[in-house]
Amino acid sequence: MFSGFMINAWQAGTIVAVVAGVVGFFVVLRGSAFPAHAIPNGAFAGAAGANLIGINPLIGLGVFSLAAALGIGGLSRRGRPDAVTALALVMMLALGAAFLSQSTQYEPEIFSLLFGEILGVSTSQILPVAVLGIVSIACVAVLYRRLLLTSIAPEMAAARGLRPQTIDTAFLIVVAMATTMTVPVVGALLIFTLMIGPPAAARCFTDRTERALGLSVAFALVTVWLAIVCSYKTNWPVGFFVSTFSLTFFLAGRLFQTVQMRRSALAIGSVVLACS
Amino acid sequence: MRTLFEPGFFASAPVHVALAIGAVTAIVSAVVGVFTVIRSQSFAGHALTDVATTGGSGAFYLGISPLLGFIGGGVIGAGAMDLVGVQRVRSRDMATGVVLGSASGLAALFLYLDTTQSATTGATQQILFGSIFTVDPSTIPLVVILSVVTLLAIGLIYRPLLISSFSAELARARGINARGIGLVFMIAMAVAVGLSSIAVGSILSTALLIGPAATSVRLVTHVRSAVIVASVIGVVTAWLGILFAYDSYYWMPSTQGLPVSFFIVALIFLSYLASGLPVVHRTIEWLRGSFGRSPSRTTSLSSAAT
Repeated sequence: MFSGFMINAWQAGTIVAVVAGVVGFFVVLRGSAFPAHAIPNGAFAGAAGANLIGINPLIGLGVFSLAAALGIGGLSRRGRPDAVTALALVMMLALGAAFLSQSTQYEPEIFSLLFGEILGVSTSQILPVAVLGIVSIACVAVLYRRLLLTSIAPEMAAARGLRPQTIDTAFLIVVAMATTMTVPVVGALLIFTLMIGPPAAARCFTDRTERALGLSVAFALVTVWLAIVCSYKTNWPVGFFVSTFSLTFFLAGRLFQTVQMRRSALAIGSVVLACS
Repeated sequence: MRTLFEPGFFASAPVHVALAIGAVTAIVSAVVGVFTVIRSQSFAGHALTDVATTGGSGAFYLGISPLLGFIGGGVIGAGAMDLVGVQRVRSRDMATGVVLGSASGLAALFLYLDTTQSATTGATQQILFGSIFTVDPSTIPLVVILSVVTLLAIGLIYRPLLISSFSAELARARGINARGIGLVFMIAMAVAVGLSSIAVGSILSTALLIGPAATSVRLVTHVRSAVIVASVIGVVTAWLGILFAYDSYYWMPSTQGLPVSFFIVALIFLSYLASGLPVVHRTIEWLRGSFGRSPSRTTSLSSAAT
C-alpha cells in the first residue's frame, strides 16, 4: 500500500487535502459553496476542450476555471449572485457537452474527470499539483485578514475601504487555482465535497477562527487518507469514501454542537435557579 | 424557410417528442424557477438535479424505474436539505452543499457499479447529459401528469408562498407556516427538477429552471407576468435549440451534430445577458408606456432584492 504508484496517491492526496481544508474553510465562512461547486464543474468542460484540440488538459482546466471565476465575479455585480452562478455553470457544462460530442473519448475518461482517479496519479502530475497548491495557500495567507473581515464584519471592512466585490473575485480566483490542480486528482464533483464537509464540521466544534481552520485541515487529511485506504482495499471509487467520511465528520460536528447547546442551556438554567 | 428548417424536421417523430417534452418541461421549470430565483434558492435548485441524478443512477443499478429514482432521489434530497437547515438564510448554502456532496459520492459509487457490473456502455453520459432526442415516448404521459400536479401544488400555495418569499415578518404576522410552505416548495421543485433531469438531462434542467426565470425577473416587475415571460422564454429557447441541434447535423463537417443542450443553454445564456442591456429596458418602458399599464399594487419584484 505504500509502494510504487501508491506513493503518488499519498502525496497528491495530502496536498489536495491541505489546500481543500484551507480554501474550503473560507468557502464555508463566506457562503461561496455554489461558486465552489460551479468552478470545478465548469473546469471539467475546459479539460474536455483541451483534449479535443490536443493540448495539455491542465491548460484547459486553468483557462476555464479562471474564466468561470471572473465571469461569476463580474456578472454578480449586476445580478443575483446565485442565479448568475447557475447560468455560468450550465453554460460551461453545455460547452463541455459540445466538446465531448465532437471527440471520440472513451467513457472511463469522462468518469475520471468527474469523479477523479487518485490511485492513477502519475509522478509528473505531482509537481504542478504541489506548485499550484503552494501558490493558492500563499494567496489565502496574503488575503487572510481581508477575507476574514469581509466575511465576518462587512460593515467594518467597508469602513476600512475594502471593496467586498473585489475581494470576492480575488477569492474566486484562488478557488479556481485550487480547482485546476485538484480536478485531475480527485475529480470535479469531489473536490467540492472536500471543500464543504470538513470545514463545515470544523466550525461545529469551535468558534475560534484559527482553531477551526486547523481542525478543517485535519479533518480533510483524515478523510482523504482513510478514503485512499478504503479505495485501495475495495477498488470502489475514492470519491464515494471521501464523501462518506466528510459526511461522518459533519454529522459528528452537528451532534457535538447539539450536545453543547443542551449543556449550556442546562448551565444557564441552573444559574437562573440559583439566583432566584 | 428551406435554409432555416433542414429537410425532415417536421416529419421526424423524435423531433415531435422533443418539441412536446421541451415545451412541458420548459413551462414547469419556468413557473417553479421564478420562485426559486425570488427565494434565492438557485443553488438548491441546481443541487437537486444532481441529487435526482444520483437517484437515477441508483435506480439504474437496482433495475427499478429511472423516473422513480430521479423523483425519489430529488424528494429525499429536498427533505435532507430541510433537515440540515436550508430554510435559514445563514446555513442555506452549507446545507445544500453538504447534501450535494453526499449525493455526488453516492453517484460516483452507483455509476461505478453500473459501468463495471453491467455491460451497458454510455450509462454515465446518458445519465449526466441526457438527450431530448432519445426520450422514450412511453414516459410522456407520466411526465405530463406529474408536471400538472407540480403546477397545481404551486397554484395551491401561491399566496402564502409569495408572501413568505418576500417577507418573513409579514408571513409570520399572517400566521403562515413559512417552514411548511418552504418544504412544500422544495418538494415541488424536486419533482419538477427530477422530471426535467430525466427528460432533458441535468444540464438543461438547471438551465431551464434558472435562466428564463432570472431573465424575466430582470425584465418585468409583477410575479404573474414574470411567470408568463419566463414560460415564453423557456419554450422559445427550447424549440429554437431543438431546431438548431437538428440543423447542426447538416452544418458540421463531421457526422456528429452538436448536442441540443448546448444550443438551448447558449440561447438562454444570451437572453440573460441581453436582459441586462439598457436598450432592452428602454424598449420595455416604451411598450409599457404605449399600452398604458398602471404601476403595480401587488408585490413588486424589485422590493425583493434580498
